Amino acid sequence: MQTGQPTDISILLSGEAGQGLQTLERLMLGVFKRSGWYVHSYSEFMSRIRGGNNSTALRIASSPVDACRERIDICVPFSASALDRFVKRITPQTLILGDSEIIPGRYQEQGLAVVNVPLIQMAKDAGGAITLNMIVLGVLSGFLGVDLELVMTQMGLSLSGTDTERQARNIAAATKGHAAGVVLREQKPGALPALAHSETLSRALLVNGIDAVGLGGLAGGCNFVSSYPMSPSTGLLVFFARQAQAFGVVVEQAEDEISAVNMALGAWYAGGRALVTTSGGGFALMVEGLSLAGAIESPLVIHIGQRPGPATGLPTRTEQADLEHALYSGHGEFPRAILAPGTMQEGCTLARHAFELADTYQIPVIMLTDQGYLESNHLVQGLEIGAAPVVNHLIETDAGYRRYALTDDGVSPRGIPGYGAGIVCADSDEHDEGGYITEDMDVRRAMVEKRLRKLRGLANAAIPPTLVGKLPCTYLIVGWGSTFHVVKEALEALGNIDITFLHYAQIYPLHAQTAGMLLQARKRMIIEGNATGQFKRLIKMHTGLDFDAQFLKFDGMPFMLEEVIARLEDFVKESAHA
Amino acid sequence: MPEDFDFDHAIDIAWCPGCGNFNILKALKNTLAELGVSRRTLVFVSGIGQAAKTPQYIRTSYFNGLHGRSLPAATAIKAANPSLTVIAESGDGCTYGEGGNHFIHTIRRNPDITNIVHNNMVYGLTKGQASPTSRRGFLTPVQITGVQLEPFNPLALAIALNASFVARAYSNDVEKTQEILARAIRHKGYALVDIFQPCVSFNRVNTHQWYKNHTAYLDQTHDPADREAAFKLSLMTDPFLLGIFSINRENPPFEETLAAYKDDKRPLFQRNVNMDAIANLLKSFTA
Repeated sequence: MQTGQPTDISILLSGEAGQGLQTLERLMLGVFKRSGWYVHSYSEFMSRIRGGNNSTALRIASSPVDACRERIDICVPFSASALDRFVKRITPQTLILGDSEIIPGRYQEQGLAVVNVPLIQMAKDAGGAITLNMIVLGVLSGFLGVDLELVMTQMGLSLSGTDTERQARNIAAATKGHAAGVVLREQKPGALPALAHSETLSRALLVNGIDAVGLGGLAGGCNFVSSYPMSPSTGLLVFFARQAQAFGVVVEQAEDEISAVNMALGAWYAGGRALVTTSGGGFALMVEGLSLAGAIESPLVIHIGQRPGPATGLPTRTEQADLEHALYSGHGEFPRAILAPGTMQEGCTLARHAFELADTYQIPVIMLTDQGYLESNHLVQGLEIGAAPVVNHLIETDAGYRRYALTDDGVSPRGIPGYGAGIVCADSDEHDEGGYITEDMDVRRAMVEKRLRKLRGLANAAIPPTLVGKLPCTYLIVGWGSTFHVVKEALEALGNIDITFLHYAQIYPLHAQTAGMLLQARKRMIIEGNATGQFKRLIKMHTGLDFDAQFLKFDGMPFMLEEVIARLEDFVKESAHA
Repeated sequence: MPEDFDFDHAIDIAWCPGCGNFNILKALKNTLAELGVSRRTLVFVSGIGQAAKTPQYIRTSYFNGLHGRSLPAATAIKAANPSLTVIAESGDGCTYGEGGNHFIHTIRRNPDITNIVHNNMVYGLTKGQASPTSRRGFLTPVQITGVQLEPFNPLALAIALNASFVARAYSNDVEKTQEILARAIRHKGYALVDIFQPCVSFNRVNTHQWYKNHTAYLDQTHDPADREAAFKLSLMTDPFLLGIFSINRENPPFEETLAAYKDDKRPLFQRNVNMDAIANLLKSFTA
């Protein structure tokens, strides 16, 4: 575990659904960024609209922070039961900053640091319980030494759409809270580490995974989105709905996922560039459509925001257990590609790449994200969207056009109806080069081989994994998708150990250098958010290589920095004794 | 010059001799020629089944997708390129059974497409099981004591949902079928044409003679704008009525309501990505 003075402050806000935690999270990110700090936040919430217990964890630091951590420096309970789920993470070093009227007495009796701030009464005075989140915004800003002016500027920007009476009430509440926070700061000198302010953050972006994938999708020319709402993937549907007019995107909420995927295929057939966004259960309904994409050699981009299954599972939580679902779904044999971003930049780059890959090879491309990735907020210096125009692989057909003309690389020039003199026939039955139904066995063989030939090009185009550290190495950690930041930060905390991290953003086809890279480590460990080691199995199948250790997590929460550090330390220790 | 939708080579048609599909194919080709529809801007969309093979026998573009899923694909094709003429054509099992949910919501969505449903009250391609429109008591290898389910009434459902255009035809009356198809294709909005047809192999009850005895054309005085009257007429089963039941011009076609076409009328494939606009959008994430 780390020792010495922390270089970041970790705040946990805990309350009921409907108490305005999300508004508060957005405002706090903006306020702390404005004051020159790096920020990260992750919200976890129950699958309900009111009540229960939701929490938002914010990290504030003088250098980039992009992972969740267990340690809580300041905890603000919004309701009587708000601390119950976090007792394991609250230590005597945690400042429980809240109203003693609602904090159960046992916390103080246990010797925990309860700092009474009459939040409830302050909210009442400021206009009712509805202002509680603004009181807390003020208190925390004041306590952390942020000028009231910055808070007001941020509120002015974020709340500009609301009515003036409500705005005045919010401003009064935040001002009142801020005054209390300033007093608290004077009473508790040295309670918080002094974080250096950075001057370079004004043009930095606050984005979450949905924004990253959405922006990348736009850059990839996405102009058709058909989907059925399903947590945690719905945010992307909302993103495109909001951009529909500005970017000319057809956005439709379909009656079910089956309709959504068939709409997407219809759109590609007619010259659109379509995306569907869903989660594991919705993707299960789309699987026949996935196979259809394979048969008619249609491009298709499928975004799967993973959440824990099986079936409905934990609808609002996170997991990485749909890798094999994405890889093996669909009847029959056809090529596909699977991408899984870890950073915000990767989300943007890969979403764009997904469209180009789908269009180039006329295959379905699946983007695997997860709730943790999609709903974590990050501060990034920028997002590279690429300057080059999107390659449009369509051809103008001539009278003799044949949609499935046999070619060396398996890719037939793609025409669409209404563009050229030819006709374009797409058939889910086995078909000849013209697209007409056939049961000729020679044609069948030729078509199967044609479709599968695309795998060669696809494999050559595989994105190499990202190496954090060097090869050869003593210890190698392998992960994919959303584990990138937490493993990277854990490695930084571990310091001098000869440990390297290999992060995969393309799951399939697996990069050809994988075996060679794995062989350059003495000991290997896999880290992934599922119970059976799905990526480990995939690597073993493709390389014959196994892992010496594994860290699997499947309780619905993202990996936490401290637990990753601890597991890596154990791995090193175990390996030394072996 | 009407385009020729015939192939310049012989084709092998997979239907049984005497199948009602032949007449529908004929009526359809005649209608397209008569309307002067161009092969270059026409797309057929179908699901799976004997009726769904129809596009294979017309020289034009088609998207022959999954069983039951012709309507979502057809909706999207029209939305991606509104200048295309889109006809979704499949059987009663495909459209009303497997695709029932899409049928409901496509009516609500109201894309400017024509939906031709071959209705022979039986499953042909899978050899004689009940279809959603099979009449009660109909004996099949699966429904061995006869169909016990209430028959699906596509016209009543469509009219209840305020469908844009609702009609029924009978395949063996090619001339009248052509008239109805022409009106349906010209209609702006979702147009349902349910076409009764005999299945000569698996339906020995609803034969040509049966249809002759149990169908009649709507009275000339019927006003398709009168939705309540249309609904009442759609409930009649002896005789089943033929003709144009209902027309509703109030709801705009789906593709005309899309934000994507508000500032730009071009089909999606003619557009470029606006990288500058994305760069501008990025800036909105700084605060």
